[in-house]
Amino acid sequence: MPELPIINHLKTNSMHLRVFLAMSLWCSFGVLNAQDLDQLLNDATQNATQTDYTTATFKSTRIINGHSIERMPARQLDFRISHRFGRVNTGSYNFYGLDESLVHLGFDYGITNWLMVGVGRGSYQKTFDGLLKFSILRQSKGKKNMPVSLSYFTSMAVNTLRDPNIQYFWLRMSYVHQILVARKFNERFSLEINPTFVHRNLVGTEIDPNDIFSVGIGGRFKITKRLAVNAEYYYVIPPANNFPSQPVYNPLSVGIDIDTGGHVFQIFLTNSEAMIEKGFIGETTGRWSKGDIRIGFNISRVFSFSKQK
Amino acid sequence: MKSKLLILLMLGSFQLMSAQKYISKSGHIWFISNTPMEVIEGHNRQAVSTLDVSTGDVAFMMLIKAFEFKIALMQEHFNENYMESDKIPKSSFKGKITNIGKIDFKKDGSYAAEVSGDLTIHGVTKAVSTKGTIEVKGKVITTKAKFTVSPKDYGIKIPSLVESKVAKEVEINVDTPYNSN
Repeated sequence: MPELPIINHLKTNSMHLRVFLAMSLWCSFGVLNAQDLDQLLNDATQNATQTDYTTATFKSTRIINGHSIERMPARQLDFRISHRFGRVNTGSYNFYGLDESLVHLGFDYGITNWLMVGVGRGSYQKTFDGLLKFSILRQSKGKKNMPVSLSYFTSMAVNTLRDPNIQYFWLRMSYVHQILVARKFNERFSLEINPTFVHRNLVGTEIDPNDIFSVGIGGRFKITKRLAVNAEYYYVIPPANNFPSQPVYNPLSVGIDIDTGGHVFQIFLTNSEAMIEKGFIGETTGRWSKGDIRIGFNISRVFSFSKQK
Repeated sequence: MKSKLLILLMLGSFQLMSAQKYISKSGHIWFISNTPMEVIEGHNRQAVSTLDVSTGDVAFMMLIKAFEFKIALMQEHFNENYMESDKIPKSSFKGKITNIGKIDFKKDGSYAAEVSGDLTIHGVTKAVSTKGTIEVKGKVITTKAKFTVSPKDYGIKIPSLVESKVAKEVEINVDTPYNSN
C-alpha cells in the first residue's frame, strides 16, 4: 500500500489547513488591519466620545454695557477701561459730547473656569462695584448636548458721593441679580437674554421704586473674524420705568467689537451714561429719539497668570 | 500532539503579529511660534496615533480644540481666527518610517528614524519628511520628532496687524508613547 502515507499526509495537511483557516479567521478579529486603524483614529477623535464646548459666543465679557455669557478662564485677568462721552446733541460747542466723559476701570479675574470675580470704580456717582459671575451650563455638543449656556451674575455697588442726606452707609448700596442665557447659533450669530433684578437701598423720592425688574437682550453678528456688530437693549418692566421724580428710559446700545489680537476694542453709541447694571437700568435719562446719544468705548486687555504650559 | 503543537505555534505567531501594531491615545504634539514680539505655544496631549512596526506605517490624528495655551485668548484666536476648528476640527498625518528595517523593536535603545508622509492641517495636505528618534524600552515605544511648517502653506492667513507676532516658520514637536495593541 504505497499510497497510504500520501493519503495520510494529505489528510493531516487538510486538517492543518482547516485549523489554520479557523485560526486565521479567529485571529483576524484581534489583529488590526489598515481599515481598522483609520476607524480607530476616527473613533478616538469623534465627537460622540468627547464633549465639544462652544467657545467665543461673544468676543468680550461685556456685550456693550451689560455682561455677556463670557467669563475669564482660570488665572486670566481682564483689565477694562471704559468711557462714555457726553451727549452728541450738545453740539459742536461741546465737540459732540467728547469734551466730557465718564470713566470706569475694572479688573475681572477667573478664579476657576466657572467663577469670575471683579472689582471696578466708575466716576458715575463715584461708585465702587464688585461682581461675581458663575458659569452654570455651557453650550455643547457631542457626548453632552446642551443647547444654551447659562450663567448667574450678581454685583454690589456703593456710591461714595459726598451727600449729607445719606445718613447711613447701607443707603449707598445697590444689588444686581441676573441670569444670563446665551446661544451661539452659528459662527457669526449669537443671542443672549438676561432677566435682571436691581435693588437700590436709596432712591430719589419715597414714591420711586426700590426694585426694578428688567429683561436684557443682546446679540452679536460677526462680519469678519476680527470685527463684529453688537446690539443690546434692556427692557425695564413697567411700572418701574415710570419714576415719578425723574423720567427714565430703556437703554439701547449699538456698536462694533474690534479684536486686534491682544486687545478687544468696543466702540458704540448708547443712551446711557453709567457702565454698570445698577446705573444703566433704571437711571438712563437719555432718549435716542431726542438725540441723547453718547459715544462710548471699552478697551479690554487680558493678562495671563496661568502656570500651565 | 503534532497538531496541538502547531496550534500553539500558530497562536504564538499571531500574537506576535498583533503585537506589531502599536497604539497611542496620549500623543503629545506641541507647536512653538517664536518671534521677538511674542512666543506662542500650544500643547495637545490627546493625539491618537498608530504605529505598525512591521511595515513602518505611522498615522496621527488630533482635534484642534484639544490644543491648550497658557493664554486663553490665544487659544480662542487659534480656534476662531486661524485654524477655524468649527469648520475643520482635525489635523492628521499619514506616513511611513522609511528606515524601519534598521530599528530593532525587540532591543531596548534609541534609534534614529526617518519619516515621510502627508501632513494635513487646516484642510490642506502637504508632503513632509523629517528625522526623529524611536525609543524602545520594554513594551513601550516612544516616537519623537521635530519639524517646521509654514502657516502660509496650509492656507492660514495671518493679518498684517499681527504679522510680527506670528512666526513664518512654526516648529512642531511630537512625543508619543505607544503601547502594544
